[in-house]
Amino acid sequence: MRTVFRFHGGIHPSENKQQSLQTPIEFAGIPPELVIPLSQHVGAPASSVVAIGERVLKGQMIAESTGYISLPLHAPTSGTITAIEDRTIPHPSGYKAPCLIIATDGEDEWQTTRCEPNYQDLTPAELVQLLRDAGVAGMGGAGFPTAVKLSINPDVHIETLVINGTECEPYITADDALMRERGAQIIEGARILSYIINPARTLIGVEDNKPEGIASLRYAARDTGIDIVAVPTRYPSGGEKQLIEILTNKQVPSGGLPADIGVMCQNLGTTVAIHDAVIKGRPLISRITTVTGRSLDQPQNFEVLLGTPLRFLLSRAGYQGSTNNKLIIGGPMMGFTVPNADVPVVKTCNCLLAPTENELPSPPPAKACIRCGQCAEVCPASLLPQQLFWFAQGNEHEKLERHNLFDCIECGSCSWVCPSHIPLVQYYRAAKADIVLHRENHLKSEHARGRFEFRQARIAREVHEKQTRREARRQAALAHNNDSGSITSPSTDPVQAAIARAKARKAGQQKPRSEPESS
Amino acid sequence: MAPVLITSPHAHSARSTAGMMLKVLLATVPGILVLTYFFGFGTLVNILWACVVALTCESLALALRRRPLLFYLGDYSALVTATLIGIALPPYSSWWLIAIGTGSAILLAKHLYGGLGYNPFNPAMVGYVILLISFPVQMTSWALPQGPEELPGLIEALKACFAPAHYDGTTMATPLDLLKQNNSLPVDELWVENQQFGRWAGLGWEWVNIAFLGGGLWLLWQRVFTWHAPVTMLVALALMASLFYDGGSAASGGSPLFHLLSGATMLGAFFIVTDPVTSAVSLRGRLVYGTLIGVLIYVIRVWGNYPDAMAFAVLIMNFAAPFIDHFTQPRTYGHRDKPENR
Repeated sequence: MRTVFRFHGGIHPSENKQQSLQTPIEFAGIPPELVIPLSQHVGAPASSVVAIGERVLKGQMIAESTGYISLPLHAPTSGTITAIEDRTIPHPSGYKAPCLIIATDGEDEWQTTRCEPNYQDLTPAELVQLLRDAGVAGMGGAGFPTAVKLSINPDVHIETLVINGTECEPYITADDALMRERGAQIIEGARILSYIINPARTLIGVEDNKPEGIASLRYAARDTGIDIVAVPTRYPSGGEKQLIEILTNKQVPSGGLPADIGVMCQNLGTTVAIHDAVIKGRPLISRITTVTGRSLDQPQNFEVLLGTPLRFLLSRAGYQGSTNNKLIIGGPMMGFTVPNADVPVVKTCNCLLAPTENELPSPPPAKACIRCGQCAEVCPASLLPQQLFWFAQGNEHEKLERHNLFDCIECGSCSWVCPSHIPLVQYYRAAKADIVLHRENHLKSEHARGRFEFRQARIAREVHEKQTRREARRQAALAHNNDSGSITSPSTDPVQAAIARAKARKAGQQKPRSEPESS
Repeated sequence: MAPVLITSPHAHSARSTAGMMLKVLLATVPGILVLTYFFGFGTLVNILWACVVALTCESLALALRRRPLLFYLGDYSALVTATLIGIALPPYSSWWLIAIGTGSAILLAKHLYGGLGYNPFNPAMVGYVILLISFPVQMTSWALPQGPEELPGLIEALKACFAPAHYDGTTMATPLDLLKQNNSLPVDELWVENQQFGRWAGLGWEWVNIAFLGGGLWLLWQRVFTWHAPVTMLVALALMASLFYDGGSAASGGSPLFHLLSGATMLGAFFIVTDPVTSAVSLRGRLVYGTLIGVLIYVIRVWGNYPDAMAFAVLIMNFAAPFIDHFTQPRTYGHRDKPENR
């Protein structure tokens, strides 16, 4: 039994996981229309490589990556591209972004794809490229391209590979369902990862509220050397930094990466996607999504084609729209609400939560902070949330940074526990955005100041040069006048002398004035 | 359905500020009952009248500040302040004394600073100190602990409060007073000489303190506050008393047990020092905050001008709380240094 360590703080919200675990994973079906956002996660959006009206086959690449942190997209089923247009995408701000629209034909016809069951024949670099071409992204949080995460500096040795199967958010059971039903694939995926990065040990952390999943994984992992570690159920044990601390007793340095302490963390769902991409030659075109909440008659886990509109999923789960108050993508702690049910499922949607007002009531108006400190007790980053709140209200950016605002992982524990119902996390998000904006503005103004000062210096230099030239010409003119023994001597005729001086000045002025224009 | 757009988290624990305040009020009940048993209905009348004054002042302040009345009255913080003042004032205090104390607590110490959560000083203690400085005679006349049959009844207590001119009660110096004024007798002789002393500390007082300790432990179990400040305060007070307890000579400051069970020690430890608004916020900070209050209480009790010191010690440390907070920030995840070292 491996020792597990403690992270600071944490909470025990109601789990609400059983509702969606009553039935096995079911294929959600092919909706009439798929909406594939070109931007599904962090990084540059993909760029469409298909034309409107073109027929696409299942697994065919329909958009290519446009940079290092960018991934291609594949058609989740066969059909026809009907439009490339802006649709509402699953994003906290509910904005519209370019999407490929596929009218499905129901034939689900595959394009031939490349699979590598004997992946050991490939080099790790070739496997990483394969995962990149298959569009595999982190299935847990921000959807960071897996290939990028795996392309670490060769000098860095990864001691510990951590597969994150904690699934600490209430309601979500997508990973639990995978563990129960696809243990062998998870372990195979983990072994592929292990082949690529060659760690000394591979650990799979699972919260101890999933005994069936743990048993299934342990069975699948027998004789592989992969260790399944049951960790105490405490939100947010599934935060990457928290899980690393639980398993290794080491903290990821602030602003650094887990690789800095010899650890790499991958989501459990991602290992299945890796398995599918390598062994089955199946690009990332579907995922497991928990569809749950009390306004559904049959909450359950679905295997969902990417691009499936939420409306289609909800109807498959017996949606009672009249009782529902909000649609949440993700869990109740870190999920975000979407403005309507036409939003599609993307690579990162692990849960669709349709609660009733009783279940997740709208918060009452906030009362004043009484500095009770419960937020500080539960903060997994050991911050002082009540102080951050105070500084955020006063826009005290310097103090916010001194109190390490940017180490906040926005897990929501402080807001959850706050007896005054203050939306603390929202204050921190706003403050972070504000500080980032402020920094950018500061940079811009620094640039502008630099340019302005350079211009001032240039103008001063030109004026000075002009004067020097004028002086030189005057001297030259005087010398010339004296030398040539002019028609009228300056001493005898002051009027003529003044005219000559004015002419000289005019000539001197015209010349330098044209110079700045040409420069 | 019109989906609500709202940011995470969407779930919330069942805790509320009002719930915490109600628990605090509930936890004062044993102490109030014991006070009533030994000193009569005076404390109850104090509390009830203080509550009336506090709610009136709170409503007035809220109305002047154009805040919704019921929303803010519903946090019960004014009742907590009033109850603490009612307990702290001598039983059978006059109505005007209670009104001035409660009124200054709510209006000056709380609302002038912006209401609940924004007051740097503990309102109940500000009210108490204003009275102690302005009306020392009235504030140091504590009733005689007596058996229930000899104590004034409820009617007498009401008379004492609202018609003080017609009330004739017996008051006496408290054990803390006696010890302070004593400079000739060794402690055990002082004990024999005066009927106000009980088994460990003052007659009645020891049970009052034990009752408040019980209420405080229940609050601790209910996780209304953490152990850090109250425990360090009591430990510091006991340590100071042990250090300077010379076996009970005439110059002695009294035994550790005497200090722990005298005056406002337990009320202070669990109901005043734990006021979250005015105390230090980080756990390490609360250790410092509690320790220094404990030390100050002993210093003022034994070498200062006042027999009890809770209010002054707490107010002084209220001043220091932001400073303590500045130097006791916890080490953030992933940081080597504590923030103040950078």
